[in-house]
Amino acid sequence: MKPKILKKRDSARFLDKLLREYEVFAPVKREDLVVFGRIHSGKEAFLDYMNSKMPPKEMLFPQLEILFTYTSIDDPSKIETPPSAGKPRLLFGTRPCDARNSLLLDKVFDGEQYKDTYYRDRRAPLVVVGIGCIQPCPTCFCTSVGGGPFSREGLDILLIDIGDDYVAQVVSDRGKKLLERRGLEDAGADKLSLVKKVIRDAEASMTSEVKIDGLAEKLAEIYDDPIWGLLTEKCLNCGVCTYLCPTCHCFDIVDEARDSGGKRIRIWDTCQFPLFTLQASGANPRPTNKERLRQRFMHKFKYFLDNYGQIGCVGCGRCVRECPVNVDIRQVLTVLSNRLEVAP
Amino acid sequence: MRNPYLPLPMRIERVVVETDDRNIKTFSLSFFHEEDEANFTYIPGQFAELSVLGEGEAPFGMASSPTQPGRLEFTVSKAGVVTTALHNMEPGEIIGIRGPLGNGYPIETFKGKNIVIIGGGFGFSTLRALTNYMLDSHHRNSFGDISIFYGARSPGLLLYKDELQEWGRRKDLGLYLTVDRGDNGWKGRVGVVPAIAKEVAPSAENAYALVCGPPIMIKFTLPVVHELGFPPERVLLSMEMKMKCGLGMCGRCNIGHKYVCRDGPVFTLAQLNQLPQEY
Repeated sequence: MKPKILKKRDSARFLDKLLREYEVFAPVKREDLVVFGRIHSGKEAFLDYMNSKMPPKEMLFPQLEILFTYTSIDDPSKIETPPSAGKPRLLFGTRPCDARNSLLLDKVFDGEQYKDTYYRDRRAPLVVVGIGCIQPCPTCFCTSVGGGPFSREGLDILLIDIGDDYVAQVVSDRGKKLLERRGLEDAGADKLSLVKKVIRDAEASMTSEVKIDGLAEKLAEIYDDPIWGLLTEKCLNCGVCTYLCPTCHCFDIVDEARDSGGKRIRIWDTCQFPLFTLQASGANPRPTNKERLRQRFMHKFKYFLDNYGQIGCVGCGRCVRECPVNVDIRQVLTVLSNRLEVAP
Repeated sequence: MRNPYLPLPMRIERVVVETDDRNIKTFSLSFFHEEDEANFTYIPGQFAELSVLGEGEAPFGMASSPTQPGRLEFTVSKAGVVTTALHNMEPGEIIGIRGPLGNGYPIETFKGKNIVIIGGGFGFSTLRALTNYMLDSHHRNSFGDISIFYGARSPGLLLYKDELQEWGRRKDLGLYLTVDRGDNGWKGRVGVVPAIAKEVAPSAENAYALVCGPPIMIKFTLPVVHELGFPPERVLLSMEMKMKCGLGMCGRCNIGHKYVCRDGPVFTLAQLNQLPQEY
């Protein structure tokens, strides 16, 4: 299918049509933040944004999810799972880094051995329309971790902003079905050459580069290096990096019960908190900030790679932007790499 | 597709107080539904998540052997929220179960081999399951000599006392029990498990050493099995970490890139030597 033109001034109306078929989630302004939320009118979508404060990870892995409810705490046979969603869901306007992230979450929640049914039920029907980044943030480093401002991975349709219009590229069959019969005209040669130009300009404007080649092997070598202690000195272990991280997937499972019933929920958790690994015996394999900071880097750049063949980072830069003490993942990785080069 | 988070109902049939401090109990459970029982096929060394609705769930190794049909047992040490709730439960009450989870002991590789079991305290429960599996009349001939070293801090803290007596009468099994401190009634060995293992010095020839117990015991046992000549590939340990999902997803039980719940809990020492010592 040829790329189509979606005029910016028509995009709200385009979304209104999609709203008849889908529950649509798009970037919206909440106070002075841009976040993903469900929209009920195309006008609510705020598409002229850098990136959302939070990734749209909750579309697949909500911060709080009910696993099941029970009406009697004495009888596990009276367990009910939440009803499945009504209309199919459409995620509109996500950035390519966040879209790529779903492929990483698939590895965790839709693995060879175990399938997370809650995740799969959300993931399988989800239609994803992304918007390429004509103006990457200074904190972005997607190109260092296998992505790019116009990466198509995890998308059904990629929109490219060429000024007054978006050029819509079809990525998947599902994307093709969505674009068919919408009355959108094909993009002409002039528009397509504009696409090439904005992509070239955006890629050239990516300022951050992090060396990832060979990092995993090197991380294994410096596991016991005192550098971790130095890197930890300013880290507060506040967990905001993991809270905002699209690839972080750790969770807790707890029961919330009243007299005669309750629910079992799962909620996001973080490796940065001491309780995360504290055993009932009192033993804790990651007792201090140092082990917990190390776990975050090891997990993303070594363990995830060892397990799933890809690193667990999409380079969105949220952890860089929001860290209260400026722990910059790019600098840390660079320090770690350089450390190794001078080590005997 | 089966939802791996849903617990299946089980009835508590019997509760045995194992230790004189009353802190460890063994629960015998029976499935509500026949099909659940048929689907629950496990091997020694695997574990399951037990649910007390309203309190939560926690992982426990199966203390019974699959060769003992109709009997699914878990030995529970009272330590936290879920274990305390379990300890307050009585026969007839209903709990939930998810599993079996984890890899279990590589029983096929044990065939034709001598097995040296070294267990301490509460960590003995899955080794007991394995022992009963190997002692089963259909399986006993598949394995060579079986030696069991098992100890607790005091005689009253030894688990499965009736069974230990039974095992002690068997001719096809070497049983070496010990306690850190004896009491008036104790006629057996006194000393820590690794010291007794060193003294008895079971041969490492054609043998596997299986170690499970508190960290301090493991710390002093590993040099002993090394001295006895067991190569790291033939030393197996069952590891314990804080767990939630049991499926390798929730992210907390990892040792390096291995999830204890999904890739373990049983690892060879050779495997553990390749991983960070963060456990």
